[in-house]
Amino acid sequence: MQLPPALRSRLVGAPGAAEPLPVQRDPAAGAPPFHFAARRVRFPRDHEFFEDGDVQRHLYLQDVLTQVTEAPERPRVPEFTCQGAGCCQVFDTLEDYEHHYHTLHRNVCSFCRRAFPSVHLLDTHILEWHDSLFQILSERQDMYQCLVEGCTEKFKTGKDRKDHLVRRHLYPADFRFDKPKKSRGSATPVATVQVLAEALGDDGEQSGGDAMEVCSEHAAPLPERVGERRTYSHRIPSTICFGQGASRGFKSTKKRKEHR
Amino acid sequence: MWSGRQGRLRPVGCVVEELRCRRREREAALRKARREQQLVSKRLLRDDVLEEVEGGCVAKILGEAEIQQFLRLAQRGTEEKERERALVSLRRGLQHPETQQTFIWLEGSIRTLVGLLTSSQALLQLEAARCLHELSHSEQSAVAEACLPATSYLLTYLSGHSSDFIELCLYTLGNLIVESEAVRRQLLPQGIVPALAACIQSPHLTVLEALGYALSQLLQAKEAPEMIIPSVLGSTLPQHILRLLQPGPKLNLGVAVEFAWCLHYIICSQVNNALLIYHGGLSTLGLLLLDVAGAVQRTEDAGLELLACPVLRCLSNLLTEAAVEVGGGPNQLEDERVVAALFILLQFFLQKQPSLLPEGLWLLNNLTANSSSFCTSLLSMDLIEPLLQLLPVSNVVLTVLCNVAEKGPAYCQHLWPGPLLPCLMGTLASSDTEVVGQSLELLQLLFLYRPEAVEAFLQQSGLQVLEQHQEEAQLQDRVRALQKTALHR
Repeated sequence: MQLPPALRSRLVGAPGAAEPLPVQRDPAAGAPPFHFAARRVRFPRDHEFFEDGDVQRHLYLQDVLTQVTEAPERPRVPEFTCQGAGCCQVFDTLEDYEHHYHTLHRNVCSFCRRAFPSVHLLDTHILEWHDSLFQILSERQDMYQCLVEGCTEKFKTGKDRKDHLVRRHLYPADFRFDKPKKSRGSATPVATVQVLAEALGDDGEQSGGDAMEVCSEHAAPLPERVGERRTYSHRIPSTICFGQGASRGFKSTKKRKEHR
Repeated sequence: MWSGRQGRLRPVGCVVEELRCRRREREAALRKARREQQLVSKRLLRDDVLEEVEGGCVAKILGEAEIQQFLRLAQRGTEEKERERALVSLRRGLQHPETQQTFIWLEGSIRTLVGLLTSSQALLQLEAARCLHELSHSEQSAVAEACLPATSYLLTYLSGHSSDFIELCLYTLGNLIVESEAVRRQLLPQGIVPALAACIQSPHLTVLEALGYALSQLLQAKEAPEMIIPSVLGSTLPQHILRLLQPGPKLNLGVAVEFAWCLHYIICSQVNNALLIYHGGLSTLGLLLLDVAGAVQRTEDAGLELLACPVLRCLSNLLTEAAVEVGGGPNQLEDERVVAALFILLQFFLQKQPSLLPEGLWLLNNLTANSSSFCTSLLSMDLIEPLLQLLPVSNVVLTVLCNVAEKGPAYCQHLWPGPLLPCLMGTLASSDTEVVGQSLELLQLLFLYRPEAVEAFLQQSGLQVLEQHQEEAQLQDRVRALQKTALHR
């Protein structure tokens, strides 16, 4: 298909158009037995007209088509240590470090050192756990905000909010970022004891089932897994409250092997 | 663009012919799926570099005991590295459908995995997310739907900051979205639209491409026009999508492809296209078309048609909106460079992707149908002859020529003398009734507004050509009318 050479330069030229030629229609045009009428055409979603293009799109999604650019290089760097407070993790790729940093050091509560996945959840936590005014105000008005981005509902109690999360937003009943505030121990700032943190090692994260916080609540017994034996049995007694460690995750249950 | 990450594990020692054959099979399957309105594709994000580091050998199928052991180690292991290794082994095993099946039926397995997903150990979190991603990609509904308990967390993590992790979450969500309406009925109340609207402000290109993918999956759903698109249009997503489609040095091809398809699904659902026009959609898309045409001339890159296609469709469908009918102002597309760009793309399609020619010509029809400006541009930029070269491709060429001719004598003056009439003699001789019918319409307009052309028609044995169709039911009335006009000139 031969294109006029001036076309390419027109493309990079200034916007605009030549003065349109005068339109002058004769009523006989398109009159019976003829029927032509200039009109724009629209095609709906599922029209077969789109079949070819749609198939090409899906071939691309399924990676059958040729890729266009190369994958970015993931360079390995000399090992380095995270500079976050009390953190001693070592990394050799920037991507791993980035994720670690964002998970553990980015949205950290300065009162209790818990880390949160987003600014929104951190703000909510600080408000509900560390703001004494919040407690007072919440007796008079609905202060517990829904955790779902975009939902502006507020509630009288944490429980009401949880019910809302479950019923309206189909959240799991044990959503890990909606822990009830502990009754004692968290109003006072917790000492961050560096040495203790390291001695404890990093959070032996216990996942699945119970998600109780340390310090004041007794943990519910773990659901037994099929065919598994417990390797240890104690929780930290509720009267002892360790320095929570430099970087606490959202799950702060500590489990320790019982040394005999 | 979608970086060179592998899809499935590539078969070793694959011959080019095998690849082509596989592609043909895939294509046939996709066509069939589309006709049954079951066109669904999932994306698998697997890191090549990671595979290499881990030894690159094909992962083996894991049994129940092995899975339990890995889970136990990942969850309760004392040494960090040990826990990570266990989860990595699990993840590699989950590349196998058999392992996936065994895994999901194991009691507590998903619960444990979700727990690891929310662990404070970043690398465990990442590996757990990779495990979920493998599951999400499965063709078995039971396997993909087993991931449902994780969705509230995946959505929560979209507000985070770790771009790799967010990207992984987005692709996983994108895979789950297409799984079934039941899945979407969970994701929508969980706030997927606001979560995406917040996440789209990320500066990371990989995140944006993944988000575009996930959103396109959501918009493609059967129930989207009623259940999904209204809330998408009610969010800030449309403005962000148009922002990301602005041409310029910051335009990323991979990101643009995804969001162009998003826009196409929104527009062709015809929910509220006026809103998109209000936000400058026509102008953005027009400029984008220019950009693509420019790119097409510069590189031999395969893949530009993946962007050209949805852009053409969006423009074409938007032009049919009533908001565009009113002349003048920002709602109008009046830049003749758009026509130039379109022809450059038509030439590109002719060489690389002929199946897209009808779509390009459809846009040309919609540009010229009600616009004296664009019809004039066709003439002033000498595009009639190139257009005629596309006659064998589609009847829409004739329709476009009619669009020009019906505007009156000033236009037909430029159509004859010229190559049009000889071409018309060719199409009039066609055995295709549709083609002949369109040609007759064009001929009537030409005779009406350019009577001098009649003589030339007769000299080129036009009457004999017309006679061929005298008995054809659909054509005879028009044939007779033209014969009469020609003889009574």
